[in-house]
Amino acid sequence: MTVTRAEVCVVAVAEAFRGDGEILANPIGTIPMIGGRLARATFEPDLCMTDGEAALVANDAATVAAGDRVVEYWNPYRSMFDWVWSGRRHVMMGATQIDRFGNQNLAAVGDYARPRVQLLGYRGAPGNTINDPTSYWVPNHGPKVFVEAVDTVCGIGGDRAAALGEGGRWVEIRRVVTNLAVFDFATPDRRMRLASVHPGVTVDDVVAATGFDLAIGDDTPESRLPTDEELRLIREVIDPEGAREREVPDPG
Amino acid sequence: MTADKTMTPTDVVSRLRSGMTIAIGGWASRRKPMALVRALARSDVTDLTIVTHGGPDLGLLCAAGKVRRAVYAFVSLDTIPLEPHFRAARQSGAIEDEPYDEGLFHLALQAAAWRVPFLPSRAGLGSDLLRDNPKLATFPSPVGGEELVAVPAFELDAALCHLNRADRRGNAMFLGPDIYWDDLMLQAAPTGGRFISTERIVATADLAAEGCIHQLRVSRMMVDGVVEAPGGAHPTLCDPDYPRDEEAQRSYAASARSPEAWAAFRAEWVDVGEDDYQRKVWS
Repeated sequence: MTVTRAEVCVVAVAEAFRGDGEILANPIGTIPMIGGRLARATFEPDLCMTDGEAALVANDAATVAAGDRVVEYWNPYRSMFDWVWSGRRHVMMGATQIDRFGNQNLAAVGDYARPRVQLLGYRGAPGNTINDPTSYWVPNHGPKVFVEAVDTVCGIGGDRAAALGEGGRWVEIRRVVTNLAVFDFATPDRRMRLASVHPGVTVDDVVAATGFDLAIGDDTPESRLPTDEELRLIREVIDPEGAREREVPDPG
Repeated sequence: MTADKTMTPTDVVSRLRSGMTIAIGGWASRRKPMALVRALARSDVTDLTIVTHGGPDLGLLCAAGKVRRAVYAFVSLDTIPLEPHFRAARQSGAIEDEPYDEGLFHLALQAAAWRVPFLPSRAGLGSDLLRDNPKLATFPSPVGGEELVAVPAFELDAALCHLNRADRRGNAMFLGPDIYWDDLMLQAAPTGGRFISTERIVATADLAAEGCIHQLRVSRMMVDGVVEAPGGAHPTLCDPDYPRDEEAQRSYAASARSPEAWAAFRAEWVDVGEDDYQRKVWS
């Protein structure tokens, strides 16, 4: 059975939630949602997850018609802060820009006062990162995303957390998953480290697509492949429509 | 005799003044009080500070030249992730910007509703939000000494929200999955400036039966004026009464492409007046 790049990404996302237990796993995006569901359906069964709207649902499928939802809890937007501020959430956000310490920008590109490109706004990134573990999903890994310095720091990275001292004690940038590779921050100064490259991607490919110096070990492993059971869950239960392949097309 | 607070969109706008700070309910492109927003866009009221979980409310008012300052954590049309009229206003430097974290936005409303000068939070520490919004200050907690962010209360002059059902006195309910921040905005705004539009006005005795009691979250103590405006949230989602009108939203978004496109859209969908607007939408 040929495994696609998107399916490797799904497994890498799932791995980011390993060990989280009974908390709100909040992966945002197509492949993150599928990966989170995979983690819950296999090795992390106690995770709670939203339907993207105002409910926590128990369904394995990533997309469910309203009438087919198995609702565990009414979770209007305002309830999200109860989870975030009490330390019971792990979000996986997107990033228009991210730097070597995991500082993230999704507000505006260019000078903030008069941006070249206005994006969404700060959204919940400052509060998310200061309170809980945070991961990032980047479906289009390139030097415009992985930059030397982000234009506006929305989600704070490890360097800024360290500078805060006590106030930064709950900051943990867990993982960055992209269409090329997986990164963590397991370095003495909390710099981004290449944790694994997806099958078909070389370390040089990743270096060329990254606008700053990565921490790279002597022997970078390949990202793990899905097991047969994981592939079945992804293809038949969680994402039977194949939405994952549209977000990250297989390089072939 | 009990107060009948029903009024027209024109009545609402007649109570708003240039330079005011106005909170607008709903969330992104969901249950926005668009009939009231369109009336505001047609009026001579201008120089507004708009406080919103932003969607086409903020975008339309930017395009109409009504906005001096945007106060928000995000602006989106949901199915169109970025709001093009808001983006154009930001990128041309036409408006002032006051950004928030979503949680801090919540606390600024709550502080206003509770009449305290600020509420504390950890959100914002270490981020550039403290650079880009100088109203947010840090302080050492009087308990334990930890550095925290003080979020000042919003100082609102008015609030505009759209609810699914209401009575003539201002009791109202949402029927979708989420009230968003409507109740808190109405509590944070001063008496005399709190206006709701609604899909349908029903007798008080019939109100609770329209949904379930937990959805009856707007009290007449929070409302000064009620506008019956069926379709008043169009083109935004107003479930369960109607879904988002994606085609109408796409044509609204496309009107940001050029001044000519906006002028044509404005003539056809704003200047026409609400009665003609609704006739065209539902015909």
